[in-house]
Amino acid sequence: MTASNVDQAPGRKSGAGGTALTLLAWLIGITMFFPILWVVLTALKTEQTAFSMTPTFIFSPTLESFRSALAQGSGYWHYALNSVITALGSTLVGLALAIPAAYAMAFYPSRRTDFTLVWMVSTKFIPAVGVLIPVFLVYRSLGLLDTRLGLTMLFTAMNLPIMVWMVYSYFRDIPVDIVEAASIDGASTTQTMFRVILPLALPGLASTGLLALILAWNESFWSLTMTDYHAATLAVYTASFKSGEGLFWARLSAASVLTIAPIVVLGWFAQRQMVRGLTFGAVK
Amino acid sequence: MAIVELKDVAKRYDSVPGKKGAEHANAVEDFNLTTKDGEFVVLVGPSGCGKSTTMRMIAGLEHNTAGEIRINGQDVSDVEPRDRDIAMVFQSYALYPHMSVYHNMAFALELKKTPKEEVKKRVQEAAKILDIEHLLDRKPRALSGGQRQRVALGRALVRQPQVFLMDEPLSNLDARLRVEMRAEITRLHRRLGVTTFYVTHDQTEAMTMGQRIVVMRDGRIQQIDTPYNLYERPVNRFVAGFIGTPSMNFLQADHQGETLKGEGFSCSLSAHQRTALGDAGQRPRCWLGIRPEHLHQVGASSGSGRLEGVIEVIEPLGPVTMAQVRIGETLVTAQLGAHPGIQIGDTLTLAFDPDHVHLFDIDSDEALGVAEAPSASSAQATA
Amino acid sequence: MSAPSTNAPPQRRAPTKRLMAPSVLFLLVWMIVPLAMTLYYSLQDYNLMMPNTRGFAGFLSYELLFTDPVFWDALLNTLLLVATCLLVTVVAGLALALLFNRTFVGRGIARTLAISPFFVMPVVTGLIWKYMLLDPVYGLFSWVMRSVGLEPIQWLSSYPLLSVVMMISWEWTPFALLILLTGLQSLPEDQLEAVRLDGANRWQEFRHIVLPHLGQVLYVVIMLESIFFLTSFAEIYATTSGGPGTATTNLPYYIYLSAFFQYDIGLSSAAAVGAVILANIFAIFLIRFVAGNLNAGSQR
Repeated sequence: MTASNVDQAPGRKSGAGGTALTLLAWLIGITMFFPILWVVLTALKTEQTAFSMTPTFIFSPTLESFRSALAQGSGYWHYALNSVITALGSTLVGLALAIPAAYAMAFYPSRRTDFTLVWMVSTKFIPAVGVLIPVFLVYRSLGLLDTRLGLTMLFTAMNLPIMVWMVYSYFRDIPVDIVEAASIDGASTTQTMFRVILPLALPGLASTGLLALILAWNESFWSLTMTDYHAATLAVYTASFKSGEGLFWARLSAASVLTIAPIVVLGWFAQRQMVRGLTFGAVK
Repeated sequence: MAIVELKDVAKRYDSVPGKKGAEHANAVEDFNLTTKDGEFVVLVGPSGCGKSTTMRMIAGLEHNTAGEIRINGQDVSDVEPRDRDIAMVFQSYALYPHMSVYHNMAFALELKKTPKEEVKKRVQEAAKILDIEHLLDRKPRALSGGQRQRVALGRALVRQPQVFLMDEPLSNLDARLRVEMRAEITRLHRRLGVTTFYVTHDQTEAMTMGQRIVVMRDGRIQQIDTPYNLYERPVNRFVAGFIGTPSMNFLQADHQGETLKGEGFSCSLSAHQRTALGDAGQRPRCWLGIRPEHLHQVGASSGSGRLEGVIEVIEPLGPVTMAQVRIGETLVTAQLGAHPGIQIGDTLTLAFDPDHVHLFDIDSDEALGVAEAPSASSAQATA
Repeated sequence: MSAPSTNAPPQRRAPTKRLMAPSVLFLLVWMIVPLAMTLYYSLQDYNLMMPNTRGFAGFLSYELLFTDPVFWDALLNTLLLVATCLLVTVVAGLALALLFNRTFVGRGIARTLAISPFFVMPVVTGLIWKYMLLDPVYGLFSWVMRSVGLEPIQWLSSYPLLSVVMMISWEWTPFALLILLTGLQSLPEDQLEAVRLDGANRWQEFRHIVLPHLGQVLYVVIMLESIFFLTSFAEIYATTSGGPGTATTNLPYYIYLSAFFQYDIGLSSAAAVGAVILANIFAIFLIRFVAGNLNAGSQR
């Protein structure tokens, strides 16, 4: 689940050139990460040190920018709350929809199972712009524009194919013998579900939820097009820095750090699950 | 305790392109069997012969597409597995990984809302019988293969079911442990007297454990009989070859008057065998079956009941030595003494007792001259 | 040994339809119905500013679309963006995957650092690059150029598309790296040992064992990334807003502009149909691949 799992398959033993390759790997890792580090550093500077032609690497850190980004009137909390509600909400709704569907497909497969599953996966490949206009118009006439409910449902639709797929694959990992043993032991379908299958699939369900949460949190397209203020998420909030306020670099950085930090950290723990979920089982 | 009856039971799979009906692996046709109360029945056969499918139909995990399955007279064909009062030991053990050994064993009783003290008593009893009392708090992943096997048995034991089903329960154990558990399961059965079905592909397991053995092939029963009868009076060439290690040797022979003649041997027929074979004109050829243990090393001499060939393989097993001898197209295996004093390339002369020879029809592979044997006819009655 | 159980006894059959219906309905309502509506709108003369002139227009929107030079710019930009980003992320991702497939001190940490950009919200990615890295005066890149005595580059105005490519590649190289690395690690060690015993050198080992094994994985990465790159939006929205001119207007941004700024539902729907078709060219292969994999994996 965490980074250590990925470390197990050994490559060739590092030889003489090994040290150079190790250094190179580290150098690339740090370079890739550097923009993120740079935002964090900038967020800890004063506006004057942040906004200078010669970057400063050594400075006395201040939390002033965070304070002003989090202050009343900055609106951060409003957007953050919307992000939390829509991301968490869509994850829970998605799990509630995906678990029964995946259960039926994994344990009571029929001829149509494969077709249904592939159909669900294929809806993931419809580009969002392909449905943008009708969704916008229907939402407008139903009063769902700029509502948390409307946005949550869109996030759910966006993640549902991945979630059904992942939960299905975790259910399929449970040996069918164990399910049969439960039925011989006298468990009903419901008892099997709650006393055997769900406890066994719990880690898998958790990682499915984690991935859905990350994807929903980072979603920008629907937030930018379907919300204005009321249901606007942190994506909209940070996008508002794209002009004018963009000159306050320390504050911009602080807002960015507050937006990405929780998800980047969660992402560190979800590397494996991401592969499983985003490649639909093509890579194991 | 229960009597299990299977009447014309069949499992047919929807036609898969390129395969028809009973040709499908794991399919079953015309399965008829009635157990005695408390009997230990072994289903044996090569993989895909339908033995596991048959057991899964008794369990209710597969639906029989035809026929009736009765437990104590009640047709359970449409009864769910959980209402059949059976317990099953799976090849993979199928222990619940998230439950301790105790809860694995107690699960079925808890589902039936058995009082806590009763559950505890029964789990402890079963654990004591199986010598796993010290493991009750562990999770399955912290157990060795042998221990898991015992827990799987314990889970079935605790239920005190009408019928035990065991699906190749020993095949994941190493050879030594397998022999040990074989005896233990037999002992357990004798102690509890519960009707038991046991599926295996290993004929040694079948012979050592079964009170009655059902030999299956391609979804059909070949023979239902006691171990002794299977060995001594196999009804066809398949059963003859399947039961006994090393396998029976088969040689083609020409029927000439009162003798059988093959490549490099001849053998005179007993009166009984002559009757079985019938007229030489009607059945000019047949299969001659001789078990390796019925071949003896003799000094070079030809005559009736002699085989002669060059030794190709020698396998010393300690108490006996197996020698494979080339007789025409066939490699014949003979079981010789501990120190036969032979070498590869030697010519070996083997003698056999015509009374221990089995005869089979050349086309149908059916045994000739077995039908009159008394025990075989009783098998026919139950089959 | 256990037979596949597709024909469960009737009474054991769970209410599968009822269990699957919510998910299926949800996707129908939120994806398939709107998709059909997009198709319908694309055949309508429908502008939100002129609600009275609405009516069936046949392929008028498509005609307008194909005669709009901006659409062709957008299509070209989209394809350029997809191709360039693919090239960069797959090549860099493969190189990094090979680099990280060795055992070395702190590999887990170094890899985690390298993968982090993928978890950054695309809007934030845009802002970081636009201001802190690419700003012609205050950006880090300019400072580096100046310190080595070069003239700073006006990234976003002189090389707008390249700038967007850099941002997207920064975000998605980790994705390629992660998936290719997982693919590499699923290569059975005994295969490598066998080929080494056969006397293969590193290049032969890579060429004859590793690359064929990675073939499938590469295929999936390319298909998935293509679909995601086709729909890039937030990075452009947060940085160039499609400009300067139409230099970074891709298909999604074009649709966004014509729907939300020209209120032309017919035209933007026609463009959306185009985007769906474009995405489907890649998706069809991917879906067939997923479906094939499903059958291969269905033996429990």
